[in-house]
Amino acid sequence: MKQLALEALDAAVRRGVSYADVRAIEIRDRQVSTKNGKAGHVSSSVSMGLGIRVLAHGCWGFAATDDLSKMGIEAAAALALAIARAGTLARKQDVVLAPEEKYEAEWVSPVRIDPFSIPVDRNVALLLEVDRELRRNPGVTLAEGAMSFERRRQVFASSLGSVIDQTRYLSGVGYSALCYKDGEIQKRSYPNSFGGQHQLKGYELVEEWNLVENAARIAEEAVALHDADQCPELTCDLILDSSQLGLQIHESIGHPIELDRVLGSEANYAGMSFLTVDQLNRLRYGSDMVNVVSDARPEHGPGLGTFLFDDEGVPAQSTDIIRNGLFTGYLTSRETAPAIGQTRSNGAMRADGWGRIPLIRMTNVSLLPGDQTLAEVFEGTEHAIYMQTNRSWSIDDKRYNFQFGCEIGWEVKNGKRVRMLKNPSYSGISTEFWNACAAIAGPEHWILWGTPNCGKGQPEQVMGTGHGASPSRFSGIKVGGAYAE
Amino acid sequence: MRSENQRRLLTRGECAELFEQAAGAARALGVDDIEVIVAAGSSALTRFANNAIHQNVAERAGQLSVRLIIEGRTARASTNRMDHASIREVVEEAALLTKLQEPDGELLPLAERDDGPGVARRFDATAEVTPDERAREVATAIGIVEGAGQTAAGIYATSESMWAIFNSRGLAAYHPETMAQFSITAMARDSSGWAKGSACDHGDIDPASLAQSAARKAELSRAPVELPPGSYTVILEPAAVLDLVGEMFGDFSATAIRDGRSFLRDRIGQKLFGENITIHDDVYHALQAGAPFDGEGVPRARLALVQKGVIREVAYSRQAAHLELTKPTGHGFPAPNEVGEAPMNIVIAGGDTPLEEMIAATGRGILVTRLWYIREVDPYEKIMTGMTRDGTFLIEGGRIARGVRNFRFNQGLVELLSNVEALSPGVRASGEEAFDMVAPAMKVHNFHFTEVTRF
Repeated sequence: MKQLALEALDAAVRRGVSYADVRAIEIRDRQVSTKNGKAGHVSSSVSMGLGIRVLAHGCWGFAATDDLSKMGIEAAAALALAIARAGTLARKQDVVLAPEEKYEAEWVSPVRIDPFSIPVDRNVALLLEVDRELRRNPGVTLAEGAMSFERRRQVFASSLGSVIDQTRYLSGVGYSALCYKDGEIQKRSYPNSFGGQHQLKGYELVEEWNLVENAARIAEEAVALHDADQCPELTCDLILDSSQLGLQIHESIGHPIELDRVLGSEANYAGMSFLTVDQLNRLRYGSDMVNVVSDARPEHGPGLGTFLFDDEGVPAQSTDIIRNGLFTGYLTSRETAPAIGQTRSNGAMRADGWGRIPLIRMTNVSLLPGDQTLAEVFEGTEHAIYMQTNRSWSIDDKRYNFQFGCEIGWEVKNGKRVRMLKNPSYSGISTEFWNACAAIAGPEHWILWGTPNCGKGQPEQVMGTGHGASPSRFSGIKVGGAYAE
Repeated sequence: MRSENQRRLLTRGECAELFEQAAGAARALGVDDIEVIVAAGSSALTRFANNAIHQNVAERAGQLSVRLIIEGRTARASTNRMDHASIREVVEEAALLTKLQEPDGELLPLAERDDGPGVARRFDATAEVTPDERAREVATAIGIVEGAGQTAAGIYATSESMWAIFNSRGLAAYHPETMAQFSITAMARDSSGWAKGSACDHGDIDPASLAQSAARKAELSRAPVELPPGSYTVILEPAAVLDLVGEMFGDFSATAIRDGRSFLRDRIGQKLFGENITIHDDVYHALQAGAPFDGEGVPRARLALVQKGVIREVAYSRQAAHLELTKPTGHGFPAPNEVGEAPMNIVIAGGDTPLEEMIAATGRGILVTRLWYIREVDPYEKIMTGMTRDGTFLIEGGRIARGVRNFRFNQGLVELLSNVEALSPGVRASGEEAFDMVAPAMKVHNFHFTEVTRF
């Protein structure tokens, strides 16, 4: 693959460009699912190709191909250059890149158990064991489980002289119990909704979550929700579990800090951001206890946004996004960093495969743990609603107004759960919400969640991002509005 | 002129040769029952923002996917390498995965050949659009928006693709297609407008006209005022209709109903919507796109999903049809899968009230250009939430009075489709959240806006 990448780089550079980079990628994956006692689908795939990005005549051109013959690579390089040349027909100013060093590196993300060493029948057997536990409860009408594994090797080569060979292993596992009864559908998922938990790990991820042991509880909750009270519509304190808070971070912090979005690149599709560049180091994004970082380094944890170098050859970094409540940083690229007076990208350019260009994407955007115990988070308020596990999520195209729904809620009085609530939801304005943060649990409750399905860009790219969070409390939040009459 | 990167697509004959290679590799393993899906395409997209082209990409990719049946077991393996050795490897991988499954007594044999009517959806001129041609159209569109003192962002994309499914029972279905898309957002200081078009023939798209429409909406919605949330009469333009109503079509699936995850469970035959709502799935409609057969190779039937408000037909994959002793409708996804099937070629019957007449007949209401970030709040009541975006207007006294700040809605689709007062003629509409469909504008009373955002 290294040879392919270097051949493609040579084909681009030889044609006369001011900059070029190539990503040659091989992806192998496995998908396994079960449904009501049977295998749902069992599949595997292999994909290999390369993408050539050139900067010529002050414009970007990109061409990707799965034809890895010499002729195919030459054709892709020529097309990338032709596309860049066409860009001059609607150019305002030349693209200028922040400087970067040359790197040579090889890295394989740590795995304890290679997921591809586990036979697929063992995958199916475990999911079917969970399935049996779920359907032991007669109220469960649909039990579903899934595992996914991916090994992605990428060789990046650039005209700066960098050659970076990274292999990342990604694993995911989760299941759900659905209960249909009398014209109502309720569902509980474990360890998270929409596919479960996903991390930069091997098969050890599957073994860490006590899947079978939690199945009876999940089934029981799904069934019990039918008889639970409807979440009332009111303004009160809100406690979020760490997985829901991870998605809250994703939508109301992670996307708004993408500098390409701020500068208008996504205006036609994903939208823009309320975080205009004049807000940097001025906006009170959250309360004093809110500290958020974007951290792609392995020492942050095995997140879906963990790597050694981003997809334009910039080393992984940790950037303070919110420090003691103050907005302090964006996610940047080599092209956008100068727009906010920075001399270097903070390494957030990522592409979802060989066929697509890198865009600014979240790495691991995490809320750092607080210094309170879980008991203090719950007991620090007389009355709150506690919500677990995302069910729906929506936010406007500048990332002000959001609404989330969760699978299950609990009314909490004086630190104790007093009743289950169904169909819980909450809504608000991003900065008002984070300024209402009143308690954050400590590191022992902090989990680095994976969001595997983040969409952005045209053509759309789907990216995995990481979000660390521990359960937290927010004061005076509007809840229950999704079902308001 | 075809660009160098765009090798011509695989022909039907070449797909047949690939199938024979795979079938030979399977026979060498003692396996006779094999299905091969081949997909390939070249696509290019010119993206602009801040009145300049800023991303400009092209991609060619393909996939060969093999499913085997071995003694009541099945599994799928795929590769994007189509050389002889890679095909042998992917067949061996499929065999390995398949043999590790438990036998499934309900597993169906591979589909038999059933040639349905074809549809011609490949246009040479669209396949051969060059980077320069796209850039020139984009430059013209930018010029229109910039000339209005606004800022443009958008895309112009063209593609050529093919999809084929062959199996050892003689099935040999093949469909080539081209597609073009142009969308544009025009932004003024405190307002924006949006327009989008898509067609199999790029000649059916008029980027300049779309740019003018977006710029006009941005101009009309300047200095938006904030209105209180509440129930309003709304006029949803076709893109807003398709993105919102499009959220329910995955439920018109026999498998989803059987699973209890569809809002149509226990509701087939009921009159759920207003008398003026009739919806078909019709891949053969002149404004539709897509292959006339499904992921199992079954020809797509025309389905009357809703007739005068009554839920009539739903889609059946082969497996779902087998379980319910009926015929498959040609809407199945490639097996094995747990989702089953869904209608993907929606045609919502239009009415005879042009958009302008709807506005003229509205004393007070809200005109919505497009919707954004639509998600399901309640799966059985089919309550959806989302935001308005890029052109939301107050109508007063039968005319557009001014722009308004964008709303969040929480709206049940059953209620929505029971409250439709008027429909425009249907058009091929294109949004961002649901697949393209033929849809009218709709005037709807008692639409629930629950919050207002800051712009």
